Amino acid sequence: MHHRPAVEIRSLLYSYPDGTLALRGIDLVIEEGESVGIVGPNGAGKSTLLLHLNGILMGKGDVRVFGLPVEKKNLQEIRRRVGLVFQDPDDQLFCPTVFEDVAFGPMNMGLSKKEVSLAVSRALRDVGVAGKERRSAHHLSYGQKKRVSIATVLSMRPDLLVLDEPSSNLDPKSRRELSELLQNMPITKILVTHDLPFVFENCDRVVVLSAGRIAADGAAFDILSDEELLAEYGLELPYGFYPVQRQRSKNHDREM
Amino acid sequence: MRRIQHAFLDEYSDLDSVIHKLDPRAKLIGFVALVVLCVSTPPNLWLAFAVFLALEMTVLFISHVPLRHVLKRMLIVVPFILAVALFIPFFNKGGGSYNLGPLKVSAHGLTILWNVTIKSMVSVFAVILLSSTTPFPDLLHAMEKLKMPRIITTTLSFTYRYVFVLLDELQRMKRARDSRGWSGKWLWQAKVIGHMIGALFLRSYERGERVYAAMLSRGYDGQVQTAYTYRVGVAEIGFLALIVLVPIAVRLSF
Repeated sequence: MHHRPAVEIRSLLYSYPDGTLALRGIDLVIEEGESVGIVGPNGAGKSTLLLHLNGILMGKGDVRVFGLPVEKKNLQEIRRRVGLVFQDPDDQLFCPTVFEDVAFGPMNMGLSKKEVSLAVSRALRDVGVAGKERRSAHHLSYGQKKRVSIATVLSMRPDLLVLDEPSSNLDPKSRRELSELLQNMPITKILVTHDLPFVFENCDRVVVLSAGRIAADGAAFDILSDEELLAEYGLELPYGFYPVQRQRSKNHDREM
Repeated sequence: MRRIQHAFLDEYSDLDSVIHKLDPRAKLIGFVALVVLCVSTPPNLWLAFAVFLALEMTVLFISHVPLRHVLKRMLIVVPFILAVALFIPFFNKGGGSYNLGPLKVSAHGLTILWNVTIKSMVSVFAVILLSSTTPFPDLLHAMEKLKMPRIITTTLSFTYRYVFVLLDELQRMKRARDSRGWSGKWLWQAKVIGHMIGALFLRSYERGERVYAAMLSRGYDGQVQTAYTYRVGVAEIGFLALIVLVPIAVRLSF
């Protein structure tokens, strides 16, 4: 069978309607099963890049998802396979109840009512907020909102999970729980974030984006322990966080 | 900090009575029919209004919603009724008059006052019963099932979802403003209100764009689907008979 990466982007250019060049030639291949962190300063084009993965934005160049070119006739199929979760849960959750939000994707896929109910319960159970179906998103805690946001795409059974700033605004406990949740999901993942320790915990590979270009691309450990590289692109590790130490304990865990 | 909650809109709608369990379509039709029947009743049919109120009290009793809650909510509309109708008896000239000290009160005017007051009371009572026995999302589904135009139900649905998000946003802006010494005393400070309204509009507009992107991302193609099934059974028919047929019978018997 012909080899098909999860994401294949060739010389992608995008400029906003006002003429600002947001992406200046992106080449990126992400294989199935990979977990990739995209980092970079504000305004580097990270979110813009994400919006190309399911055709919300379409720039110049070639974007393929699981071999399908991102173009109008494939959008429905691509949007089912790519689960894009926006940063603000109040954007992601727009229905009167949690159930309807999680059911929104499956309904659009044309599943039967019974299948939709099943998909919703399964997704909510997977993210650990079963039993909140009838609640309004407004009344959930922020951590629960984030989980329900993820459930809204899990219910579509995506093959690629794309998360914009998943750990932002979360308290430490919710952040850790989110991290555990992600690690237990064996699908291809792309995370855009400023939270470098979160990336180190959840991703094998890190892509540094700067001014619309890919500035670096490599193993998470190599990139995050390269202080000079990080400094050049306005990235800093939190005080007291040492990747070398973490790597050792990671390896230690694996050997046990 | 007191946060306004959704419960304000449909408080007590999560109780578990026979009325709460009814198909929301039956409740919507029943209460709307009751309002229409009441409004179209001639004001001199005193007994009919007594029957309407008795029916509502019966439903209230079965639903276990406290009477205090209904009265509190009804108080909200009382000032509007009074503002409109209280002066009519003094200005209307029709149908004989009574002397009330130095003031003259017209009989025709009194009838109008009674008419407006009793009808608005019965109607508001019906709406409060509907909203405190039916969660708002269920009401929306009922409207959809009853073929209310999609544009209206969708707008109501987004309003329900985002009204408190917006209020929270406004509250944060007010705090930020007051934290920097805004007193509201000076005329130039009025301009700040304009800026805030503008900022709120812009934020909402941008949120609208992000929400739409989130909808598209989950395969939205302009058609909203709903996954709800309702069943009309004995309870629904009984309820409709009570709330629609009894008033009709009362009306016909006069």
